[in-house]
Amino acid sequence: MDRTVLAARFREQLAEKSVITELSELRTYECDGLAHYRVTPAVVVLPQDTAQVQHCVRVCAELDVPFVARGSGTGLSGGALPHADGVLIVTSQMRRILEIDVANELAVVEPGVINLDVSRAAAPLGWYFAPDPSSQQVCSVGGNVAENSGGAHCLKYGFTTNHVLGVEVVLPDGQLVTLGGRSRSTPGYDLLGAFVGGEGTLGVATKIVVRLLRKPESVQTLLAGFRSTDAAGAAVSAIIGAGVVPAAIEMMDALAIEAAEAAVHCNYPDGAGAVLVVELDGPAAEVAHTFLAVQRHCEDNGSFEIRVAADDTERALIWRGRKSAFAAVGRISPDYIVQDGVIPRTALAEVLTAMRELADEAGVRVANVFHAGDGNLHPLVLFDDDKPGEAERAEEVSGGILDLCLSHGGSITGEHGVGADKAKHMPKMFTAEDLDTMQRLRCAFDPQGISNPGKVFPTPRLCGEVPGRKKQAHPLVQAGLADAF
Amino acid sequence: MRSSGVPLVADLAGALAEVVGGAHVRGTPTGINVRPGTTEEAAAVLRAATEHGATVLPVGAGTTIDWAPASATDVQLQLSRMDAILEHSAGDLVVHAQAGALLADVQAALAPHGQRLALSSPFDAGTIGGLVAFDLAGPQRYAHGTARDLVIGSTSVLADGTVAHSGGKVVKNVAGYDLGKLYTGSRGTLAVLPDVWFRLHPIPEATRWVIAQASDTTSAATALAAVRASQVAPTALQVRAHRGVIEIGVQLDGVTAGIDVRAEAVCALFDEFGPGVENDRPAGWGALPETEVLLLLTYVPGALASVLDVLGMAAEVNGSAGVGVLHVGCELAEAAALLERARRVTATHHGHTVVLRAPAGAELDLWGPQDPALRALMLRVKDQFDPAHTLAPGRLPTGI
Repeated sequence: MDRTVLAARFREQLAEKSVITELSELRTYECDGLAHYRVTPAVVVLPQDTAQVQHCVRVCAELDVPFVARGSGTGLSGGALPHADGVLIVTSQMRRILEIDVANELAVVEPGVINLDVSRAAAPLGWYFAPDPSSQQVCSVGGNVAENSGGAHCLKYGFTTNHVLGVEVVLPDGQLVTLGGRSRSTPGYDLLGAFVGGEGTLGVATKIVVRLLRKPESVQTLLAGFRSTDAAGAAVSAIIGAGVVPAAIEMMDALAIEAAEAAVHCNYPDGAGAVLVVELDGPAAEVAHTFLAVQRHCEDNGSFEIRVAADDTERALIWRGRKSAFAAVGRISPDYIVQDGVIPRTALAEVLTAMRELADEAGVRVANVFHAGDGNLHPLVLFDDDKPGEAERAEEVSGGILDLCLSHGGSITGEHGVGADKAKHMPKMFTAEDLDTMQRLRCAFDPQGISNPGKVFPTPRLCGEVPGRKKQAHPLVQAGLADAF
Repeated sequence: MRSSGVPLVADLAGALAEVVGGAHVRGTPTGINVRPGTTEEAAAVLRAATEHGATVLPVGAGTTIDWAPASATDVQLQLSRMDAILEHSAGDLVVHAQAGALLADVQAALAPHGQRLALSSPFDAGTIGGLVAFDLAGPQRYAHGTARDLVIGSTSVLADGTVAHSGGKVVKNVAGYDLGKLYTGSRGTLAVLPDVWFRLHPIPEATRWVIAQASDTTSAATALAAVRASQVAPTALQVRAHRGVIEIGVQLDGVTAGIDVRAEAVCALFDEFGPGVENDRPAGWGALPETEVLLLLTYVPGALASVLDVLGMAAEVNGSAGVGVLHVGCELAEAAALLERARRVTATHHGHTVVLRAPAGAELDLWGPQDPALRALMLRVKDQFDPAHTLAPGRLPTGI
């Protein structure tokens, strides 16, 4: 498909500057947050509204050209990695917050709106948008919808899918539908629930109705230093076992702490083999009581230093180390792979030990940051690409870590998505029947196979013709000339 | 349709008996009742039924079987033999239960560990499968959502006998599509789910209910809106209305040390009504009206007063005012007019009205208007998962 033909068709409705064909500009979109996969798209479009998105998708459908949607391009699984012969539909120009409606506990936003900006807009009224990925100052709500993003507070508050009431979607054939809406329980199938986390393979979201929550009366945060991840893990077990549901409970190991220190000077407790960041929120009396219990559990399990944030500034400082962790490892290693495996929380100690052995054997350093409450690990596998063999060994360790997660009954991805990066691992987690069944959904939404193709599933399913309703036996069987087996 | 001339029923019943054993197949006035004991048997049953061109209704305890539309099928696939709790990982707060397990039995097994499934069913004898198939939920949906928010993994059997899994046993999981959400509420029209993984919550140390009788719809709605705007973090906000009597209620869960302060805060917001605080669940909390006709109304929660005003004296209302979901019941004589009013007011407020239950032959428009593009998409999904339309025909909007 000729780039200039495509561009001309887009320019039928989009402004000149919204259609990019110049190579050096196209290159700025060649990757998302997963920088070692790069593909230059044929054309990049920046639509301003739903009608323009529809036009772009219709053109793609007509010309049988694949398209990939991109929000802020912060994704960590290559979900927005372009198709070399395809179109990249960038939603960053669609960034209006259309409504904040706290009386109905919702907001309506365009897909390019930055996640944190929703909370900022609702803050004066005392409400907020709960999903809080670490990239929330940059990532888009549309991207959150595509990936079903989580964040530190999803242990208590759930994921993006629990905070979206409705989505206006341009289907891959260009039709516009609304899945869900502003109220609950739309008659028929929960296609909204199927769409969130669809990683851009089911169409493009052009408007999103999100749930807003009332800000909690009280927030209490502590940082606890432990000599080892085992001790910290035992404290987590004690807290969860006591029936506490913290708003967040995060862990970092010594290497991750070292990196964070180098980057942001968070001044975490000296000599800590692990730290826990525990946050509780809710009504004041509840939080005060439970917070004391949490501190006791930390002490009882060997915490040698506990810092309680006295105010928002101190809270932000405690979180700074944790939130900077991914970027911070850049200070202690030229390159790294960030993993996103999940294990049952009860398997934490065992898996961390096995990971350490795996890493030691391969001579690779692994820094650990994770959502201790729900078992979502973010091992940061460090290497130096300039040193021969290190990249390969890091890949091996990465793969080994995923295998460990799966053998303990976990998942290959807790929040970053499968994208391009982990499609090859899907058959380790799911059978051929599992993947085929999932792809039936994809065939219903995108029979032509042009919406972010090549992502999530290692082998596409042939959608073929939609079989007609079979009420009668085959005519040959009816005529008594054949039997069906 | 059979080339051999053997009647469909006898031929199919024979095939099913070969799969599950003769003891677990019996003819009934509403179809061949077959009870598989394993997922493999369920798959073989569905495969046989599809090959015979038969229709199948998955059934649990039959608590919603008379809900509209009560169309007959050739086969009733009953999951009552598959009633085990397969695994409960208390440390991870997840449970794996079979579809035939009763919700009450699951809760009883979890309780000694201080845990529960944050779902309640209006039916005492309801099964896990029924809960998921209808996405049933109780008052605590305000804080915890419905079944669709609590299912983390599932086994599904398709009409052609394919057995597939989605999700898993960990709460954090975005690998692949969330088919659990697609299946939840699909009323057995896409797949049979022999077993499901749920996330669990701790049983709260203390619970209080603050109940008051409001003088009119406006003050009731204003008071509930004030609770939603407060920071008491309620678990449920309910409204009941019948013959002009309006009762509002708030459920609070938490620790003993903090709960009374919160209950007092709600009482202050309900002050004009003279509220009471109760330590035990009030009678009828979350119950469904037991009328001939039962409607489900959804709307944006701020519109409560407008919705209640339109319903009138004949309607019995019991619903989750906090999320804008009401169950409304009436007798058949008033149903058509009530349905029309309800449909109009909910549509005005971004919602829908559907008929959940009606007597056979009631001739009510069960689903109301639907966007054609959305309807077409749902039909495409149906056609992909169940191309022969074997499963639960007529249980969802026309065509599915």
